[in-house]
Amino acid sequence: MTNPNSPEVIPPLPPKVEACPEVLRWLVDADSIPRDAEARRFCEERLAELRRDRVVRPAIYVGAGTCGLGAGAQATLDAVRAYLDSHEIHADVVKVGCIGLCSVEPVVDIQLPGQARVSFKQVTAEKVPGFLDEVLSGRLPEAMVLGQHRHATLTAWDDVPYLDEHPFFAPQTRWVLANCGLIDPARIDEYIARGGYAALWKTLKEKTSEQVCEMVEASGLRGRGGGGFPTGTKWKFARGARGETKYLICNADEGDPGAFMDRAVIESDPHRLLEGMAIAAYGIGAGKAYIYIRAEYPLAIKRLKAAIAQAEAARLLGQGILGSSFSLEVVIKMGAGAFVCGEETALINSIEGRRGMPRPRPPFPAVSGLFGKPTIINNVETLANLPLLAQRGAAWFSALGTKTSKGTKVFALSGKVSRTGLVEVAMGTRIRRIVFDIGGGIPNGKAYKAVQIGGPSGGCIPTQHLDIDVDYESLKTVGAMMGSGGLVVMDEETCMVDVAKFFMDFIQRESCGKCIPCREGTRRMLEILQRITRGRKKEKGIEALERFQSVLHLQSLAESIRDTSLCGLGQTAPNPVLSTLRWFRDEYEAHIYDRHCPSAVCAELVTYSIDAEKCKGCTLCLKKCPADAIVGTLKKPHYIVVEKCIGCGSCLDACRTEAITKV
Amino acid sequence: MINIEVNGRKVGAEKGEMLLTALRRAGVKVPTLCHIDGLTPTGACRMCVVEVEGQRGLVPSCAFPAADGMKVRTHSPRAVQARKTIIELLLANHPDDCLYCVRNGNCELQQLAEELGVRARRFAGDRTRHTLDASSPSIVRDPAKCILCSKCVRICEEIQHVSAIDFIGRGSRAKVGTAFDEGLNVSSCVNCGQCVTVCPTGALTEKNQIQEVIDALHDKDKLVVVQHAPAVSVALGEEFGVPEGTDIAGTMTTALRWLGFDRVFDTSFAADLTIMEEGSELVHRLKNGGKLPMLTSCSPGWIKFVETYYPDFLGNLSTCKSPQQMMGAIIKRYFAKKEGIHPSRIYSVSVMPCTAKKFEAARPEMAEDGLPDIDAVLTTRELARLIRMRGLDLTQLPPDTADTPFGERTTAGKLFGVSGGVMEAAIRTAHFLVTGRELERLEVEAVRGLDGAKEARVQIDGIELGVAVVNGLGNACRLLDDLRAGRRNDLHFIEVMTCPGGCIGGGGQPMTASRAAIRARMQALYHIDSHEAVRRSHHNESVKRLYDEFLGAPLGEMSHHILHTTYAPREALV
Repeated sequence: MTNPNSPEVIPPLPPKVEACPEVLRWLVDADSIPRDAEARRFCEERLAELRRDRVVRPAIYVGAGTCGLGAGAQATLDAVRAYLDSHEIHADVVKVGCIGLCSVEPVVDIQLPGQARVSFKQVTAEKVPGFLDEVLSGRLPEAMVLGQHRHATLTAWDDVPYLDEHPFFAPQTRWVLANCGLIDPARIDEYIARGGYAALWKTLKEKTSEQVCEMVEASGLRGRGGGGFPTGTKWKFARGARGETKYLICNADEGDPGAFMDRAVIESDPHRLLEGMAIAAYGIGAGKAYIYIRAEYPLAIKRLKAAIAQAEAARLLGQGILGSSFSLEVVIKMGAGAFVCGEETALINSIEGRRGMPRPRPPFPAVSGLFGKPTIINNVETLANLPLLAQRGAAWFSALGTKTSKGTKVFALSGKVSRTGLVEVAMGTRIRRIVFDIGGGIPNGKAYKAVQIGGPSGGCIPTQHLDIDVDYESLKTVGAMMGSGGLVVMDEETCMVDVAKFFMDFIQRESCGKCIPCREGTRRMLEILQRITRGRKKEKGIEALERFQSVLHLQSLAESIRDTSLCGLGQTAPNPVLSTLRWFRDEYEAHIYDRHCPSAVCAELVTYSIDAEKCKGCTLCLKKCPADAIVGTLKKPHYIVVEKCIGCGSCLDACRTEAITKV
Repeated sequence: MINIEVNGRKVGAEKGEMLLTALRRAGVKVPTLCHIDGLTPTGACRMCVVEVEGQRGLVPSCAFPAADGMKVRTHSPRAVQARKTIIELLLANHPDDCLYCVRNGNCELQQLAEELGVRARRFAGDRTRHTLDASSPSIVRDPAKCILCSKCVRICEEIQHVSAIDFIGRGSRAKVGTAFDEGLNVSSCVNCGQCVTVCPTGALTEKNQIQEVIDALHDKDKLVVVQHAPAVSVALGEEFGVPEGTDIAGTMTTALRWLGFDRVFDTSFAADLTIMEEGSELVHRLKNGGKLPMLTSCSPGWIKFVETYYPDFLGNLSTCKSPQQMMGAIIKRYFAKKEGIHPSRIYSVSVMPCTAKKFEAARPEMAEDGLPDIDAVLTTRELARLIRMRGLDLTQLPPDTADTPFGERTTAGKLFGVSGGVMEAAIRTAHFLVTGRELERLEVEAVRGLDGAKEARVQIDGIELGVAVVNGLGNACRLLDDLRAGRRNDLHFIEVMTCPGGCIGGGGQPMTASRAAIRARMQALYHIDSHEAVRRSHHNESVKRLYDEFLGAPLGEMSHHILHTTYAPREALV
């Protein structure tokens, strides 16, 4: 089959590529490797070097993504460099991205010549000298070992567990995150050495744009940003839309509380995104692509800028990509961090220089989007799936997953769970497996209560539905949604009314203010929740009546907002309330009727009492109480005057004999 | 043509047209608070939501295209409940001071609350606190009453290209405001008041000057003089249930007398005077190589727009003051002398279809020795309020004629009220000034009508003049951009009116006028022109006398001193 876009003559690559320029082409396109043995060997050696299949001196990898840096990776890095300097040791220090296990950051990997790479956890700066003393002399501090990387040729360490057998990693299927934490994200050649850009090459060479759309459609890939719309179908709309100029937008405006998947992918493996974007742009016929990313992701932006420059220099982006007639300009557009700008049409407005507010649909962006041109907006994760999909084909991709959800999904696991971080699992994996196997369950022996999936627009999954699959349709049956990938675990000490209140507060602040139900309705919903969690003592006049009245309207108001709001944000805004109301109605009732918070979270509803048996009468609590609500004399049991108590909890903190309980 | 099913009945619709349009044509009223005919649907208020079979949520009919076979339920319990909830939510954040509100009785929010049967306060809670912005001489903004329908924002941006206001802030703190949330007076606002005419509530109103006028009327030391603009008499009736497009100049004059004004003059007289000056100026520029094309200067919003956005065209503006200001100057500097009283004892009021006239009257250029030529400007709406306040029944009052000498007008002056009118009047007189002969056919059809941009080629004594007429500042923008780029070197004279349709569609006119109402006002003006005998400004006997007795000749020294002015560039925040 002939393809008009197929690269025919490949011009020499510009000399400024960081990788050895003449081999770069060979790396991308295996067919172009010269037949003669020496060149072949040279090429393979260079590849092996870039993959670090072999190192001649110790290599020290420090996980320096935003999460790592937050845990002190920069100090670790400085300490490593200082150590090497003072000991005059020659070693390569490599800043890598995030491997995903946030709870044990900073993560440092060491690869000694000839031996397999080993990951270590919680390597804080003060531990560095002792740690390096041991590791560089060949002894691995057992308590810090996370696991060794499996490798075909390098010698494995004895008695060191494999990283891929670690309970956090074993259940995962890492497609999108394959390179994260392994390669230096600032170098295009390391990406290429691990097969990067070969998919783009193959696509340009073998497929027409129509075939690309068909491939994506056949693969069953669906939008990973939350909506779950079939990606290939969406592309076909844009491809079929009239007009020469079309745009691709990468939505990197990750705004859900507790979600950081896109940031990690961009920081740790930016070229995967760029390659995916090039494939997508080719598929829909776009010559210009925007990456809309919030300015509060400075590291990700820095990585992207560098990556775009490298890719352009290597003719993997820009004019005449890989010598073909396909060109793509990629522009970074920084957003100011409004939640609503993750919504497609608001995002388009923002790029156009307007206020980020949604537009009515139709017209859909695929028909009339950015500057009135057909525009496809895909999420970072969706685009990052494309290189692998294009490389291995639709059939391979769709072999993994459930009937309607194919491939993998990345989640940001956080909250009350032992191991937090980024996890990528095959579609169809049970939520229980993510929380209890990967996440290691609930810490401190507490019981699981729920997991919030899909951010503020999503819903919660209670214990009885823990065995539900990660699948677009299944999640909907329990009132939740796939969302972009936030997964916040809550234990028995979490009050679900309080959770709903938190999310409503977030949404009413982040509503753009355009449509009335969302702007006014979410604010009233928040007020209703505030009334529910308000103590009786604070109610004046008709407030008790208003509280009761508003409870009656909570559900109908929620339904009206869902029914009438303009954009997805508004339509899903009541979800935190509807979802918690569905599964934890008893908690609401306890708050409403008994004025009691079963989890003892809502301060105004909590009561404190002193166990006379345990109280030694030390008077500490009495002295700390700001409301003079504690009565007692020295060495005699004290008691709390409930009417005076303001629920501040100072007594609980002051008590040394655990005599005070909160109910 | 396609068929849709509305509430079980078949209804025809154009393919791709918005459901709302089809529903209205079929006689089904779906309420809306944010829709403006002809502008991009914004889908903000959600009042027009309907149930469409196969759609998950309710869809906004203003922004949802009709498709063949579509099944629509406009008043299902779900849709009605949703609308009612929206109104209830708005009311929960509304000041609830209807009895004190200037829009009491013609407020769209109030009316919808009534129609939907809102009878109880279902949602109680905090109300957002706002500050009233009374900084502008023309427009008062009360964000507390604003329901964020965005009509004002869109008309300011899409029709006027001014964009003085936009949304600020997020969530429940979102509001409409100016750049950096400053006062409207320091913004780029041109005071046109188009925002006021589309505002569904009392959030945007004209700066009320009724009390000042009442005080003057009761001041025994003052001689209170009133003038009324050409577009007022054809619109005022709408406020009193008179059919749209009825000219009530006669009864209005009587009403003004009953209100206590000592003299009632007609701004159309000053329009005739303007034509004498402006026509002469055009001829002068043509003959002496002056700056062309000449741009009209009667519309004060337009003047501020040029000062702010197109200062390079200030030299193209005619130096003539607007008719309001010419009349003001003549009253205080000629009429006062004739009456033998000091100008400071004259209180000069004008009734205008315009909010920008309030700004114009307060301009430093429009005063002499610290004495403003015009003391107060009332909009058509304010006059209606004043008339109601005094209990005058316009349908019963006998008609009367305006006072001499400034009550005499020609139909050419009256035409100033509609877009293209200045041009027609100017051509009639310029032809005479150049050739000494009268133009035979007076109507210039090409510049008539409500189109935003009109053009004509006019022959005067073998010379072809290129003239253009634009209304709505967006249209003016496009033309000026063409001029700036050198694409239009064939134009000699351009009439610009700030408001769509000209003064008949002005920002001071009766509220929420439909396009049909504006068209009726226009036809009323054309009817006057075609049914009266004196149709050329240079035939106005009182104008001639004024030149003989006081001014001398057009563009003469006295004219130059009191009837002409110049403008300077102006900076706006954004």
